[in-house]
Amino acid sequence: MSQLASSALSLPTGKTRMRRRGVGNRGKWPVIVLFLPPALLLFTLFVILPMGEAAWYSFFNWNGYGLPDQWVGWKNYELIFRQSAFRNALVNNGLIIVVSICIQIPLALWLATMVTKHIKGALVFRLIFFLPYVLADVAAGMIWRFVYDGEFGLVANVARFFGQAPPFWLADKDVAFYAVLAVIVWKYFGFHMMLFIAGLQAIDKSVLEAADIDGATGWQKFTRVTLPLLGSTVRLSVFFAVVGSLQLFDMIMPLTGGGPSNSTQTLVTFLYSFGVMRMQVGFGSAVGVVLFIICVTLAFSYKRVFMKND
Amino acid sequence: MTDTATPIDAAIAPSSGRSLGTKTRTYFYAALLIVAAVVLVPLITTALGGFKTLGDLRGNAFGLPQTWMVSNYTDILLSQRYWLQMGNSLLIAGLTVFLVLTLAAMAAFVFAHVRFFGSDHLLNYFLIGLMFPAATAILPLFIRIRDLGLLDTYWGVVLPQVAFGLGMSILLFRNYFRGMPSELFDAAFVDGAGYFRFFWHITLPLSRPIIATVGIITFVGSWNSYILPLIMLNSESKYPWPLGIMVYRGEFSTDWQLILAFITLTIAPTVIVFFAAQKHIIAGLTAGAVK
Repeated sequence: MSQLASSALSLPTGKTRMRRRGVGNRGKWPVIVLFLPPALLLFTLFVILPMGEAAWYSFFNWNGYGLPDQWVGWKNYELIFRQSAFRNALVNNGLIIVVSICIQIPLALWLATMVTKHIKGALVFRLIFFLPYVLADVAAGMIWRFVYDGEFGLVANVARFFGQAPPFWLADKDVAFYAVLAVIVWKYFGFHMMLFIAGLQAIDKSVLEAADIDGATGWQKFTRVTLPLLGSTVRLSVFFAVVGSLQLFDMIMPLTGGGPSNSTQTLVTFLYSFGVMRMQVGFGSAVGVVLFIICVTLAFSYKRVFMKND
Repeated sequence: MTDTATPIDAAIAPSSGRSLGTKTRTYFYAALLIVAAVVLVPLITTALGGFKTLGDLRGNAFGLPQTWMVSNYTDILLSQRYWLQMGNSLLIAGLTVFLVLTLAAMAAFVFAHVRFFGSDHLLNYFLIGLMFPAATAILPLFIRIRDLGLLDTYWGVVLPQVAFGLGMSILLFRNYFRGMPSELFDAAFVDGAGYFRFFWHITLPLSRPIIATVGIITFVGSWNSYILPLIMLNSESKYPWPLGIMVYRGEFSTDWQLILAFITLTIAPTVIVFFAAQKHIIAGLTAGAVK
């Protein structure tokens, strides 16, 4: 998404000017006045204003009824950072990003290199790997809730087969989030694989042939030619992992709902459990603002540092 | 990959994968099959689990059902709630897609073809929406929808969904519109067509691929969305299926065989449509990312 934003931030103007010369100014205003306002109105009303209001409400103690009149200054923000559940959420969001980078993306790349080869059934494998991505997070979470179920689930069946007592991973606060991480990888590796497939197909075959002629081994070709040429795809993939981590909510709810003892909270489930569920509009808005600042900071700095050439 | 291709080989078979040895091939298939199993086993056991009895599920989660409890499925298919939820989801997604396509295409057309003071800033304004998820502003959004009297209506879900979909959609449309040859534009204007006729008779008919892409992204997003309906809807009769599945699970908390049947039936449309239109769906969902 960031490279989308970047392409728009640097709007090329020369081409449009040329175009206008051919067209003239005729009838320009009716189209502007009729075509822009509907989108503009909806966007302002439901995206921009709520974000601004979140910043405003975050300084009040307010339950959402009547007008916000109990000004509390920065107290909501202080409360956030004092909550251990919020720290859990931050750590968990970080863990998701780490797992994405260290496990999910290498896995996706590894699979992408295989399914882009000329082997029978490559297309079928691509489809299968992409399938979890198409399913709703809620459905995926529910399916894995069954997989992990300590009484009827797959894990329990396997444990019993080996004569072990079935584990209740999702109820164990030391293990639960790792179980969630596994589901995240299961759900999203196919999407990253597709990104890499697109990246691999964009690589000029003649470069690899040249490497062949120079006597490079398969591994050398991969590390010296393919990987450097995939740089922008890797950065894009990491970016999506970060964005996805910051939005993660739907999958957590059916799996654990943020429990046990807040060990599987993410930023958005934290906002939901502590802001929405308790109708603490001020506190919830403050969480929203923190999340907003994290999103914008990450998007901008990541773009500036890693994606400036893409 | 283990066999080093000779230059002559490379000249004959330029695509690097043609000369895979048997060893490599076996390794590839073994790896791919293992990963495919990890993906498919939870899905298949879910579908099969819906046919079992609870006792069967407890001892035999992986195998075929001892007795096929088809009634688990038929009871749901004959119930009103399943169809109601599917209908709700379809209605919400349909309205969202229609509005996103209309509003985004119109706005993008202006950004692509009409040059006016401040148009760059206005476009950047829409792109702010790409930077944060709807969840950040969910509470003020709830209050806005409540004050507009739209709580517990389909519009209360549709309008915010459309608003948050606009940024990406406008960008995709605009880039596509700008990629069209400008001769088209010049020719149309020489022939005396105004902006509106150009939009309707030339731009839109040529934009089917991008309409499909934006439509698919929006539809999948809306069909699967959970947090907005969760916050905006109160009555179960309006719930789309992701909410319905959670309610169902709450009701039949340990009757996993019924829950599994319900999950299977709710994801069945997605899976069927995915395999029927996989090319378009994969292209659509990754195009939004890559472009």
